[in-house]
Amino acid sequence: MTIQVLGSSCPTCKKLFDLTNEAVTELGLSISVEYITDIQKIIELGCMTSPVLAVNNKPVIAGFVPDLEKIKVVIQNSL
Amino acid sequence: MSIFYPVELLSKWLTLSIFSITPKTLLAETVNFFIYDTIKIFVLLSVIIFIISIIRSFLPPEKIRFILSHKNKYTGNILASLLGIITPFCSCSAIPLFLGFIQAGIPLGTTFSFLVASPMINEVALVLLLGMFGWKIALIYIVSGLFIAVLSGIIIDKMKVENLVESFVYQNSATLKTDLPNMKWLDRFTYAKNYTLDIIKKVWPYVIIGIGLGAWIHGYVPTDFLARYAGADKWYAVPFAVLIGIPLYSNAAGIIPLVGALTEKGVTMGTTLAFMMAVTALSLPEFMILKRVMKTKLILIFAGIVGTGIIFTGYIFNWLLSM
Repeated sequence: MTIQVLGSSCPTCKKLFDLTNEAVTELGLSISVEYITDIQKIIELGCMTSPVLAVNNKPVIAGFVPDLEKIKVVIQNSL
Repeated sequence: MSIFYPVELLSKWLTLSIFSITPKTLLAETVNFFIYDTIKIFVLLSVIIFIISIIRSFLPPEKIRFILSHKNKYTGNILASLLGIITPFCSCSAIPLFLGFIQAGIPLGTTFSFLVASPMINEVALVLLLGMFGWKIALIYIVSGLFIAVLSGIIIDKMKVENLVESFVYQNSATLKTDLPNMKWLDRFTYAKNYTLDIIKKVWPYVIIGIGLGAWIHGYVPTDFLARYAGADKWYAVPFAVLIGIPLYSNAAGIIPLVGALTEKGVTMGTTLAFMMAVTALSLPEFMILKRVMKTKLILIFAGIVGTGIIFTGYIFNWLLSM
């Protein structure tokens, strides 16, 4: 399983990255969250807004930072 | 606006009973003005941004792109400008939006219509215009903003300047398909609530400073003080207002209430409109970021067309509203 946070290294994207790391830790998963700042990658996923949270190369959240619980739910749903 | 009558009573009560300022003095009037405007603006900001966020959760950029990819040029320009209204715009989203549109085959002109409308007609500016100037001026602002966005896009399209886009942009192509999961109503509400809070957290100091300065000007600066410098008979007022508007983008939230007060002191409405459009639509940070995907010449063409459109709008409304 891969979990990626994609963004243009703006503060909002950093926040999603931190929250995702927290979610992974709280779920007790041993996956390292990747942080990607290549905008072309966002486009390749079919998205146009940052930040993007992608699980197994599929975007699950794009354009905003959800709360921790929501991130946990989307990760669990993709397990 | 009668729905704000309770706010009027509240601010009067706060000024006279709680702060015990002597009624009918300049200070009382200024404080009353400040409290009333502040409450009104924050109520409007919360309600309108929340509603727009809910609408937006149904129309994310990915969906907008899909809609635009099926339209012919002119309808595309109009639709792109309309959709720009509900899309929030920060300079950090300019690049992914630009790449996402162009690489999916959306014409350059349509993309530009969107890039003009999105920051120019943003929800914060609309709320402040509505609160400070009333719905007529807000509507004039929206309609002329849309007009400028559509026209700029059509002109850029006719100029055939695709060669001024950095070549790497056209080397990749994007899929129109996204499998982003659908949002549930609860998600939409959470999104709208968080977005509204984010925006208010970001703009509140500017809004308060702007309203504060505005209230002070309203009370203490003589009427017609600025007419000498920025009255309708001064041809240079509009271009000058546009020039000083360019570097002020990040402070748009504070500038509109301030400008509201200046209008009372002799700055004509057309000049005011042009100034506010320049503040929102021509932003230096955005230009710097766009340099990564297009040549400086194209940015200058873009700024030139939009700037000319704004100056014309200023002159037209100075003329129309003075009749």
